[in-house]
Amino acid sequence: MAAVQTRSERALNRVAIAAVLIITLIFLAPIYWITSTAFKPRNLATTIPPTVLFEPELSPFVKLFTKRSQLRGVPTPEEYAAAPWWERMVFDGGEKIVRSGRGEVQPSGYPNRFMNSLFVAITSTVLAVGMGTFTAYGFSRFRVKGEADLLFFILSTRMLPPVVVAIPMFLMYRAVGLNDTHWGLIILYTAFNLSFSVWLMKGFIDEIPKEYEEAALVDGYTRMEAFFKIVIPEAATGIAATAVFCFITAWNEYAFALIMTNRRAQTAPPFIPSQVGSGLPDWTVIAAGTFLFLLPVAIFTFLLRNHLLRGMSFGAIRK
Amino acid sequence: MATAVMTSLDTKSRAASRGMSDIRIRNLFIIPTILFLIVFNIFPLIYSLGYSFTDFRASSNAAARFVGLQNYRELLNDPFIWSNFAITAKYVIVSVTGQVIVGFGTAMLLNRDIPLKGLLTTLLLLPMMLSMAVVGLFWKLLYDPSFGIINYTLGLGSFEWLSNPDVALYAVAITDIWMWSPFVMLLSLAGLSAVPKHLYEAAAIDRAGPFYTFFRITLPLVAPILMIAIIFRTMEAFKTFDLAYILTSQPTTEVISIRLYKMAFQEWQTGRSCALAYIVLIMILAITNIYVKYLNKVKER
Repeated sequence: MAAVQTRSERALNRVAIAAVLIITLIFLAPIYWITSTAFKPRNLATTIPPTVLFEPELSPFVKLFTKRSQLRGVPTPEEYAAAPWWERMVFDGGEKIVRSGRGEVQPSGYPNRFMNSLFVAITSTVLAVGMGTFTAYGFSRFRVKGEADLLFFILSTRMLPPVVVAIPMFLMYRAVGLNDTHWGLIILYTAFNLSFSVWLMKGFIDEIPKEYEEAALVDGYTRMEAFFKIVIPEAATGIAATAVFCFITAWNEYAFALIMTNRRAQTAPPFIPSQVGSGLPDWTVIAAGTFLFLLPVAIFTFLLRNHLLRGMSFGAIRK
Repeated sequence: MATAVMTSLDTKSRAASRGMSDIRIRNLFIIPTILFLIVFNIFPLIYSLGYSFTDFRASSNAAARFVGLQNYRELLNDPFIWSNFAITAKYVIVSVTGQVIVGFGTAMLLNRDIPLKGLLTTLLLLPMMLSMAVVGLFWKLLYDPSFGIINYTLGLGSFEWLSNPDVALYAVAITDIWMWSPFVMLLSLAGLSAVPKHLYEAAAIDRAGPFYTFFRITLPLVAPILMIAIIFRTMEAFKTFDLAYILTSQPTTEVISIRLYKMAFQEWQTGRSCALAYIVLIMILAITNIYVKYLNKVKER
């Protein structure tokens, strides 16, 4: 834009750079604050003036994973053996670190909810992206009657407010016993992400030249072979970007999780806020839970930044 | 491209003879998805349409009794429901306006020769990748009147953000603006980068001022994509549930989704809440339609 820059324009540019930096700092400050709170000793979390410099410690994380309980003692050997590996790890770690002397250490609800989140988000992502890729290919390569209407129908399923869909879904799930199950949530999130996945993947597949598959067909591949051996590898980056979007949506979803689950299959988003409770909440523990929960999304965002930029403006422009 | 024509003719006969035919593959690829979406999106809506004409309560065993349009009549005559809609409208206007100003402004700044532009853009995207519920939770910490960092930084003493009924809705909107301005920024950036450079060069030759350039070149060309961002954000803000629900429990922040949630899952007025859900649905469709019409007008210009 600026092959020849006048002096005033250069000054303007400098102002713009400063402004952008300040805006970025303001936008990142809340995330920095929650992260730093997760590493503070409890007495420094709520000081005035706020504590900026402190010796980071991991005690909030230990507290997040363990819970000292008066209700239940040490797990019996059978209970210990039956517990999933992460709970066993928490038993071990908790024993060692909390050193309560009475051994009344129990895993808190958090590891379990975190695992629920992971399982539900990953499974629904695989399903949504898998089905979405097939469907997108179908729309991209074959003539479909009423294509525009069907695509609009697919998109329209995402316009509904979650609470509106949640009421009848809740009743249906209760009738068939899917309430508070992992698969109940997985189905919902798959349905929710599928529309997005189809639209985004169609954009990516449209960009792969048809000639590639036609050449493969001439070489004696069947249509299916051509799809799996030519189209899928070509669309790999698009699939990855779509998967990250779907994962993030499922990972972050709150309303359905709040309504459809309560104990067994509850994910982290409804669980973490429920821990604030009344009285004086331990903000360091909440911050630790939040920090761990934000971590995967932050990493994904960073690894796939270029695809995200493209995918996001893409999806929006096409819609 | 004579070869391409030949191969495509060729492949049709081959595909028919080996493996599945294209039509079968097409159906296999498309029909399951359509069926899945019908079962899990359209069917529930039909199901709840049925319930919206009854006095069904999911908490009791009593059979649903058909009450005709009574639910709708009562809801539309209920001033509390209208105040929920008014709150929602206020929230949508405040937060979408804020997002457009902040997002578009940031995009204008970023649309220059700025070092580390990609990195800064990525960092700015982070808020919108987070869970609204969890964001609500940690903004609660930031807003805290006695030890919150916001009051400390702005020197506001012990200003009550969330428990003051006059301010709470704006507090929720500020958090929403923080979270979603990056989305508007991203789309605006895409729009800005598509403006042909020669238009600016021509304007510079004509010695056009910055205001003229902005209102006659930049804004009209970015308008369609900005409009798309506004449609999306309006629809999303209209649906808001998590953020407001987690941040405060003020009557002044009870947006329509929260009312709907309470009616359905705390008061267990299932039939009535289905009717309200339909009213909300019709409103969203109406708003979207108005926007899309406007969008087409913007595009035509």
